Formats: sequence, C-alpha cells, structure tokens
Amino acid sequence: MVKSIVTVVGHDKVGIIANVAVLLAKYGVNILDINQTIMQEYFTMVMLVDTQGLTTSYHDLKEALDRLGEEMELSIRIQHEDIFRSMHRI
Amino acid sequence: MISLEQREIMDTLRMIEEENLDIRTITMGISLRDCAAASMEETARRVYDKITRQARNLVKVGEAIEDELGIPIVNKRISVTPAAIVGEASGAQDYVPLAQAMDRAAREVGVNFIGGFSALVHKGYTGGDHALIASIPQALAETERVCASVNVATTKTGINMDAVAQMGRVIQQTARLTADQDGLGAAKLVAFANAVEDNPFMAGAFHGVGEPECVVNVGVSGPGVVKSALEKVKGQSFDVVAETIKRTAFRITRVGQLVAQEASKRLNVPFGIVDLSLAPTPAVGDSVAHILTEMGLEYAGAPGTTAALALLNDAVKKGGVMASNHVGGLSGAFIPVSEDAGMIEAARIGALSLEKLEAMTCVCSVGLDMIAVPGDTSAETLSAIIADEAAIGVINQKTTAVRIIPVPGKGVGDRVEFGGLLGHAYCMSVNGYGCQDFIARGGRIPAPIHSLRN
Repeated sequence: MVKSIVTVVGHDKVGIIANVAVLLAKYGVNILDINQTIMQEYFTMVMLVDTQGLTTSYHDLKEALDRLGEEMELSIRIQHEDIFRSMHRI
Repeated sequence: MISLEQREIMDTLRMIEEENLDIRTITMGISLRDCAAASMEETARRVYDKITRQARNLVKVGEAIEDELGIPIVNKRISVTPAAIVGEASGAQDYVPLAQAMDRAAREVGVNFIGGFSALVHKGYTGGDHALIASIPQALAETERVCASVNVATTKTGINMDAVAQMGRVIQQTARLTADQDGLGAAKLVAFANAVEDNPFMAGAFHGVGEPECVVNVGVSGPGVVKSALEKVKGQSFDVVAETIKRTAFRITRVGQLVAQEASKRLNVPFGIVDLSLAPTPAVGDSVAHILTEMGLEYAGAPGTTAALALLNDAVKKGGVMASNHVGGLSGAFIPVSEDAGMIEAARIGALSLEKLEAMTCVCSVGLDMIAVPGDTSAETLSAIIADEAAIGVINQKTTAVRIIPVPGKGVGDRVEFGGLLGHAYCMSVNGYGCQDFIARGGRIPAPIHSLRN
C-alpha cells in the first residue's frame, strides 16, 4: 500500500466529492478514508488514498487533479503521506 | 483520519502554499580527486565526464520527489573537490579551462550552480592555489554557473593576510570583468574563514577532502513559516518566542530529512547532512529580516537586531538538530542583503549599515553576504573588510564569509540588479578611512589562544 493524501479546498458546490472520486477511480487510485468539513462556506476535504494501483505516473495524476481543480475553481492537491507524517509525528 | 489530524494536514499545506516552505537545495557533492592528470586538457575532460556521470539523474530525481511530496525543491546543485587540488598535477597556470568544463557539465545535467572552483590557503599557498586564485576573475567572467571560494583563515591556523590582500584585488577584478552585469561575477565569489566541507549552499559550497566519493546534502529553508508562527504569539515573552521558533524549525527540518533520505535512496548515494539554515529569497514572505521585525524591531538594523538574530539562530539549531540524524553545513540564519526583501528595504532607507551587519555576523551562521558597495571601493578596503570578518570567525570558532560586490560605476544608494535568487540591492556606504599600510604588511595573523577566555 502506498498512501497519499488528497486535499480539496474551496467554495462548496454540487459534485465535488463525486468528481474527485471519479477521477481517482479512473487512475486506479483507491480511496481509504474521507474527512470533510464546511466552515463559513469553505469546503475542506481530506482523503486518504492508496496509489499502489496507479495506472499512470504520479506526475500525470497530479496534473489531472490540477486540471479538475481549475475547472471546479478549487485547490486540489495530492501528496505522499510521508511529508505529513514526518512533520507531525516522531 | 487515520492517525493524522485534518488540522495537521492543513497546517503543512499552508506552510507550503502560503508561507513559502521549500527545500532550498539538494546538493550532490562529488569528489574529483581521481580526475587529476598531467595536462589541463585531460583534467578538464575527466572532470566533465565524472560530473555528468555522477549527477546525470540528480535533477530528474529531485523533480520526482517534488511531485510526490508536493514540496518545491528550488535548486539542484553540485559541489566538487576544490579545483586547486584537482588541477595541480597538470602544472597549468591557467585554470579557466577547468571552470569551463565545470560549467559545461552543470549545463549538461541541468543544475543552476556548481561550487568548488576553490582553494584552501588559510596557512599558505601551493602552486595550484596560486594558479587557481589568479584565474578566478576570468573564470567567473567566462562561465555562467560556476561559483568560487577561497578559505583564507581558520581558528587553528590564524589568518593568511597575504591571501586576504589578494582577495581584495581578485574581488575587484572579478566585478570589473563583469561590469556589464553590475559586477555579477563577485556575487559568485566568497572569501571564507573556517569554511565547512559539507555546505550545500552557494556560492560557498565545495566538496571537502574529508568527504566520501559522492554524497547528497540538503539545505532547508522557511523564514516565512517562522515569521507566521511568530505572528501568532505577538507581544509574548522571549521564552515563548524561542519555543515557537524551535518547534517550527523542527518541522521544517523533518521535511529536509525526509527529502534527503529519499534523494539518497533514489540516487544510490550516501546521505551527508541536512543544513538547518533559514535561507531567504527576495520574494515577499520569505525574509529573515521580517522575522526580526516580527520580534518587535522597526527595521532590521535597529538596536536590538543582534540580540534578535542571536535568539533566532540558536533556536533554529536547537529545534532542527533533533529532527535530523546528521546536521551540518552552515546551519543557522542567513542574512544575504540582496536576497532578502526586508534587508533590501532596511539598507535602502539607511536603517542597516555595513557595521551593523558585521556585528550581526558574530551571531548568525555566515557573514557579510551579497552586499553591494560603490565600485570605487579600493582593493585594500575590501581586503580589510575580509580581515575583520575573518577575525570574527577565527576568534569565535565559527564560519564567517565575505561576499561583497563593488559595483562598477555605481555609488552609495544606487540600485543594483543581480536577477533571480540573487535579487537586487542598493549600494551601501563603506567607511572610507585608509587601511593600505595595514593590508600591505602581509604575513599571517597567528592562531588565537583558546584558554583565558573573556
């Protein structure tokens, strides 16, 4: 299992989770957990995903998420879980 | 969310996206000791071949790590064995071809700087040292990516005042030969005291003789992260300030350690050190000076600046050292004037003087860095500035350096543009009283005694 974190931040609207989930499925990425909050109309979603079965390069997946983010006027990032773990856990 | 909290994840994201947290450099150190040959032509060929062979994947690996961790790695760079040692066996007097080979290799593998056009002459010169130092002005004028450094003093040996005298002239010539670029050559030239062998930062990086065949060193950054952490503790005591900086430095350094380990694994090259330095860039929100103002000073350079910088430097080390298994390089806060928006502004309005910067170098990680001075500053004055800075390093057992640019045709207050990460500056005023007879003496200032400390 290769764990990454997908973060989505922006104004809430219809179809955010659906669109991100469809894209991830298309690239062979398995969603393990989702955490989502809305604060003052700001939508924040954090997904734990497994990129073991990724069908393209990480770079391509990242670009696809970037494009989806632009279309939906959201910030969508994917990063290896290690960077969060190393910063916040000893 | 499985052991990581959403708040922690968003904290990391904010540091990267809003506070300019980045890895400043992955620097591959490469030994060129086996490239020595009987002719300069053959030496240059071996140097080019070895660098391009060892570093061929450096940029690619750096970019892949950037992609996967989602953190910018601003520079990928190379440091090599001091070129004076590598070229010595050739007996050549002209080392420019060696610099050109380094430059071509750097361009071929895609790194923006290569350090190590260097000589270590803190006690005296060999033939190769003489030839290399004499070649520096031409070498820096004819190459784009090569950085040069000369170590003129150490705590164990004292200060080589002949080398100090020569470096004043070399800096002046280098600036003059690159006059059409505001003396840019001198921005790639450092005079050191107590130079370290594993520094990943330019322009002073070289691969020391005690280093392995090949090694990966990482320099972290993140002044913006420290500043915004301090914004949250406005008005609170220095106990809180120090603790906040330590915690922040710890997190920044953990990322550096992660990147260093990944790079080492993927390049199949041993991990050397993480350099804990807070390195600014001219970008807004990436300034060390603004950390000092956040502590309560109107501008960097105001009374209190030395104390503020001392606290910052110490807290960065204390926080960072726990986060990495090998810490080295220069490790501390950098104060390059032209590369720091807050320093540039402080120098422009006259809040920051050369003398105050000298005091600040007693407590920060390096020295007088990226300072533009009028082009008519004499070589002796430049030498005497180097001597003062070297004395601070030698007596206090720390690294100090001088990277000063006498900008041809410019006077006090004139704006100077170096471009990119090197930034811009306003020429600072230099104390013009004479020191010719002092520099003309030559010889060596003896190594200091290190008992009876007061």
